[in-house]
Amino acid sequence: NRFQLEMQTVTLIPGDGIGPEISSAVMKIFETAKAPIRWEERNVTAIKGPGGRWMIPPDAKESMDKSKIGLKGPLKTPIAAGHPSMNLLLRKTFDLYANVRPCISIEGYKTPYTDVNLVTIRENTEGEYSGIEHVIVDGVVQSIKLITEDASRRIAEYAFEYARNNQRNSVTAVHKANIMRMSDGLFLRKCREVAENYKDIKFTEMYLDTVCLNMVQDPTQFDVLVMPNLYGDILSDLCAGLIGGLGVTPSGNIGANGVAIFESVHGTAPDIAGLDLANPTALLLSAVMMLRHMGLHDYGNKIQTACFDTIRDKKVLTKDLGGNSKCSEFTADICRRIQDLD
Amino acid sequence: MTARSVRSLSGALKPLFSNRCPGITSCFLQVYGAASCNQRQKSTYTPPPARYGGRHTVTLIPGDGIGPELGNHVRELFRFCCVPVDFEVVNVDSSVASEDDINNAIMAIRRNGVALKGNIETNHNLPPSYKSRNNLLRTTLDLYANVMHCQSLPGVRTRHRNIDIMIIRENTEGEYSSLEHENVPGVVECLKIITKTKSLRIADYAFRTARAKGRRRVTAVHKANIMKLGDGLFLECCKEVASGYPEITFDSMIVDNTTMQLVSRPQQFDLMVMPNLYGNVVSNVCAGLVGGPGLVPGANYGEDYAVFETGTRNTGKSIANRNTANPTAMLLASCLLLDHLKLHAYASMIRRAILSTVSETRLHTADLGGQGSTSEVVQSIMNAVQSTGPQTLSI
Repeated sequence: NRFQLEMQTVTLIPGDGIGPEISSAVMKIFETAKAPIRWEERNVTAIKGPGGRWMIPPDAKESMDKSKIGLKGPLKTPIAAGHPSMNLLLRKTFDLYANVRPCISIEGYKTPYTDVNLVTIRENTEGEYSGIEHVIVDGVVQSIKLITEDASRRIAEYAFEYARNNQRNSVTAVHKANIMRMSDGLFLRKCREVAENYKDIKFTEMYLDTVCLNMVQDPTQFDVLVMPNLYGDILSDLCAGLIGGLGVTPSGNIGANGVAIFESVHGTAPDIAGLDLANPTALLLSAVMMLRHMGLHDYGNKIQTACFDTIRDKKVLTKDLGGNSKCSEFTADICRRIQDLD
Repeated sequence: MTARSVRSLSGALKPLFSNRCPGITSCFLQVYGAASCNQRQKSTYTPPPARYGGRHTVTLIPGDGIGPELGNHVRELFRFCCVPVDFEVVNVDSSVASEDDINNAIMAIRRNGVALKGNIETNHNLPPSYKSRNNLLRTTLDLYANVMHCQSLPGVRTRHRNIDIMIIRENTEGEYSSLEHENVPGVVECLKIITKTKSLRIADYAFRTARAKGRRRVTAVHKANIMKLGDGLFLECCKEVASGYPEITFDSMIVDNTTMQLVSRPQQFDLMVMPNLYGNVVSNVCAGLVGGPGLVPGANYGEDYAVFETGTRNTGKSIANRNTANPTAMLLASCLLLDHLKLHAYASMIRRAILSTVSETRLHTADLGGQGSTSEVVQSIMNAVQSTGPQTLSI
């Protein structure tokens, strides 16, 4: 298949802390799997551009604009550095409006919840995180939650497209329109409108509290969830907790103009950086998500199967998964399985 | 306990006993409480105003869905146990646009001081002029503290064991301020209001409750890294109040991390205090962790009034009138009501009977994975009361 053999460029942002070692682990696994990916490594730090606005380095932006696909490791959050967080900067630069987190139970990594198989799609640009706050009078603060028609329609459309492309059966809009009638009401209306064009996908609406209540009792009833920013933040982390935490959860950010950046959402873990102890699972699963996004499903499935088999086998697990092996040993085991699968 | 009662009762008793023997204060409260229904009140706490001839009048708002049938079961049980409480039923029709019904209910609660309430449905497809009746009730009566105690019950199988979390949620402001506008077509702004007064008030309530109940640790749940001014103010107020309670450990946690921790290790939490919306999320997560909406009661306390309901405030429309609803939450809420009215003996008697029934798996209703009916559960509770209680009506 000619398309599959053509090398595609992906911008790789290793990140800080354990970022570089898990990125090299992922590159090694991809090499073993012979995935047609050519990595272009770039660093992302905040620099002051003309006009005093903070921006990412121009070579990073150029690379991403050309390749359209990015894989990112954890970035350090600066405190009192004078510039906003790098994640926020990336989000603004590429208009990353959708945060997608597929939460699938990992066989072999036991949590009290088995058979979790859902996807949370969170609107990432507006809502409660608009950052607009005022002190009205001393002791009274007002935070503004912004919901717009365009952003709501865009995220709803993405959610249904995702459901269709990934053979998911239903999309549930999560809201609190009983209390926030106008704002969540607008979000809900847009979701309903978009649902009209996707009659093959079942559309339901559910209150945020009902979702939370049911999620911790029986997560199998959920499929794709679409919601505004704050609810998405809370629910995506809740679902990550169900399958084992941020160390094993993949995440993808979809932007306008076809840009997509896949990332691991855990921290930089400075205490184990450089010691070959890190767990590359989160970044690896995000890379698998990236392969699926690019249409390279075979490679994605192969790598995911190898990764899950290694975890299920429990022989070479990193410390956070309950073992005491090194990152390199874990990676090597996955590579070996990929070679066996071929 | 309402704010006033916690302050005055503990305040009245502390100077008397704290010098000699600190442990005696709590023992005294227990003994005193149990005997209270048999003798006149001696404390400085003023009981709710409708106490007349030894009987209390309590407003009952049946609500929608499973509310009416559960309200009937409460009345049935109280009648059976000869509880000196008369219910004044005020119906609120959620389908009409007029707010007269809910205003009548509010007036009745002002008169009686205490209420037991089912959830009133809100049709969220109606325009914003139709406000949530439940929210209207809470804000008008200034029921600023929503208290939910989630504990693992014996006999209920859940994924996590030994959970004992008390959730105190600010009930009147925050995201539930219902202030929204559309300045430009297609762009809606919703205001979240956080005030210093209300944040201090709820933090104060939380710490006083922690002290009264012997809780060691208070966790404030927030999102101050993003909403720096709003949640930042809330956090500041909590820290300020915490400094006055040196025996209680105070820490804070960001709401998304909190939910992640709750599903992996809920045993680490003791008492949690938070603004309105996070309270909604966290209380529903905790209720789900201990067994579901049918088990946890909730209480809304204000300066002068108290309203009791099921913790997760579900209407249960899909299971209404089928005799399958779990009455435990509403019945436990009625026990909280009895405690509030200082009818502690009745409260403990009924609570004991309810908990013994919940531990019987064959009586579990559908939400707990069983096939029992509501009436079977209530009958079993009445049997349990009859075999242990002092006097009941003959069945």
